[in-house]
Amino acid sequence: MSREAVVRREAVVRREAVVSGDAIVSGDAIMSGASDTLSSGTGVSGEAAVSGEAGVSGEAAVSAASDVLIDVRGLCVDYGLGDDAVHAVVDADLELRRGEVLGLAGESGSGKSTLAYAVTRLLRPPGVITAGSARFAGSVNLMSAGLRELRGLRWSEIAVVLQSSMNALNPVLSIGTQFSDVLRAHRPDMSRANRQARSSELLEMVGIPADRLSSYPHELSGGMRQRVMIATALALDPSVVVMDEPTTALDVVTQREILEELMALRDRLGFAVLFISHDLSLLAEIADSIAVMYAGRLVERATAGAIFRAPRHPYSLGLLSSFPALHGPRRAMEGIPGSPPDLRNMPSGCSFHPRCGYAFDRCRTDPPPLLDLEAGTRAAACWLQDGHMTVPAELARPAQAPAAGEPEPTGGRS
Amino acid sequence: MTIIPLDRAHTANGASGGRPVLEARGLTKYFPAHTHRGARQAVVHAVEDVTLALPPAGITAVVGESGSGKSTLARLLAQLIKPTAGNVLLDGAATPGRQRYARQVQLVLQDPFSSLNPVHNVRYHLARPLKVHGLASGGSLDSQIAELLGRVALTPADQFAAKFPHELSGGQRQRVAIARALAMRPRVLLADEPVSMLDVSIRLGVLNLLAGLREREGLAILYVTHDIASARYLADVISVMYAGQIIESGPAAQVTDAPAHPYTQLLLSAAPDPDRAEPPSLRGRGAPPNLIRPPAGCRFHPRCPFAMAVCAEERPAAIEIAPGHTSACWLHAMDLTAAQSRPLKEPARPGPALKDPAPGDVAPKDTNRPQGPGEEKR
Repeated sequence: MSREAVVRREAVVRREAVVSGDAIVSGDAIMSGASDTLSSGTGVSGEAAVSGEAGVSGEAAVSAASDVLIDVRGLCVDYGLGDDAVHAVVDADLELRRGEVLGLAGESGSGKSTLAYAVTRLLRPPGVITAGSARFAGSVNLMSAGLRELRGLRWSEIAVVLQSSMNALNPVLSIGTQFSDVLRAHRPDMSRANRQARSSELLEMVGIPADRLSSYPHELSGGMRQRVMIATALALDPSVVVMDEPTTALDVVTQREILEELMALRDRLGFAVLFISHDLSLLAEIADSIAVMYAGRLVERATAGAIFRAPRHPYSLGLLSSFPALHGPRRAMEGIPGSPPDLRNMPSGCSFHPRCGYAFDRCRTDPPPLLDLEAGTRAAACWLQDGHMTVPAELARPAQAPAAGEPEPTGGRS
Repeated sequence: MTIIPLDRAHTANGASGGRPVLEARGLTKYFPAHTHRGARQAVVHAVEDVTLALPPAGITAVVGESGSGKSTLARLLAQLIKPTAGNVLLDGAATPGRQRYARQVQLVLQDPFSSLNPVHNVRYHLARPLKVHGLASGGSLDSQIAELLGRVALTPADQFAAKFPHELSGGQRQRVAIARALAMRPRVLLADEPVSMLDVSIRLGVLNLLAGLREREGLAILYVTHDIASARYLADVISVMYAGQIIESGPAAQVTDAPAHPYTQLLLSAAPDPDRAEPPSLRGRGAPPNLIRPPAGCRFHPRCPFAMAVCAEERPAAIEIAPGHTSACWLHAMDLTAAQSRPLKEPARPGPALKDPAPGDVAPKDTNRPQGPGEEKR
């Protein structure tokens, strides 16, 4: 696909080193990085933030050419260099639209987090972006953006919520200080009183009483800490929030509460969410569309309802039948035989073929491209779907007209 | 692959004939709590008065949130920790010494990435229990190891025996951990969240393996999990734990299809379920209580939409609402006075963003119970 960026590989590698030298890896690192700029050069970070906004939200919002906020084409990410490199993400195409919740599903090692880190340029060495492009709002090239440009985008336009809130929050700073750090770094002209007010507002927005601002992370429960992470991510009203398994470490009841709050905030504030999770049944409930990854490749992309009711890729089908149901007769289920491949020793052809019950000769030799199906409304990377094969009935179920209340592809959930 | 018989008859506690292999009677465990100042007697009420029976060839699931005491219960049953009160009975009698007990009851831990020793190969892990318990030596050792690996479907056995943990996938590691537990042919297997660290696509394989062990070898299995859907899939009986106590227990499908206790209802409505027409509203349903100072009466009453005066005062006993199905909730008690069944005020909830739960969201489906306050509000 679009491999023109290969030639820029060296440059990207170098820039990655610069970016990660800034240690922007976890939430508190971002904060301390941001605070550093404040002390070293307030003017610079201020300017960057302002120009970033003008360039991005201003122009892009007006140019209604497209609603696509993040447009990823042919992205490849390796860990390591040369022949030893592990291809963690191969040729990924992804579109995140304004206000949409896009679920990125996959097992551990499928490359879902790597993809998100590459797009937000948070990837740490030995991770290397080797090819592909990612654009924000049609104008900013995320792959070539410089440090200043990235700083203007981060948090203001693209915010990240990480899985482990315990590690992402700084244990020796109170919640209020951490909020105010973000605001001070990105909104240098904000007065102390306004920062205070905004911090309280943010905390209450996620259902925590404002007097908790003086608490330290260890004084909060896991669920509250994750709420604080979400509130900090929303501090500057971003248009995109990347969430990497934000509720995985939490109890089901707490998880449900937080997701509910998140969806209510999404409806109110209109941000788009890239929601990374291994739990396809959860994504089917909250996402508008879902992209399924397997061994570094996108294998299927469709609306949530379509994936859930009518998967087109055998892996999606297998994943869906790996979750026992809460209703109906209890029946024996098989899941998916075998285990995910070792990225250092990938099977030839389609990487899923050793576990696939439908595999035939071609699957063993040629890796299938992501094929557009059903008038481009969905895509699947499976040779069964290229029009030459008889598709088994379970992979050809009608996606069906969505019933009332079904999420729309572009995020118009009522 | 192993096949679970469809719609197998539920073997409620003891109903499968034969007395339970392993029993917990009034099992209680308090851990000393390290508080800042004074309060030397402060204890964490981790498990309180739990009675549970594992029938032979039966799978009992213990479901609960983290901190509910389910893992402590598994450790008590494995006799890794001593109970504060109550007994563990093996075949109805007091438990034998540590080593003889370990031959009968084995524990499989959650994380196969840390429960196997990275510097030893699979063969070592399986040979060790056989040698320690004097069950094998010399020539028979290899054949026993091969047989163990076969039982957990790790074949060819000689190839797997030579591998080190880092050469195995998570699912394979967990199978080795299960094989190690099976080494001395125990009659009870205690599995503490055996699949929660594994990738989604391989969880069913391990669950089916446990089901097969029960079918083929008549193992009594305790399946500890936070995932009520997998408990419904695997177990005959589900016991739901909340704040250290079992609050509902019954045949798996019955507990999940017609939950009787408000907490079970909350748990079920929180579980991911793409089939659900309407997403549930659980905002402001609070969090589990502090177990150093647990709430008086029913421990769930501060979060319960149906809480009555009596719930704040007296702990409800388990009431049988159907054969083999019990629920520890005052809503099932038929003889409450008017004062006792007076609805409690809505408990204060923090934060203006939280709204009252819509009444009826988790209304009990059980029709036998008296009108709860939730019904009246509707």
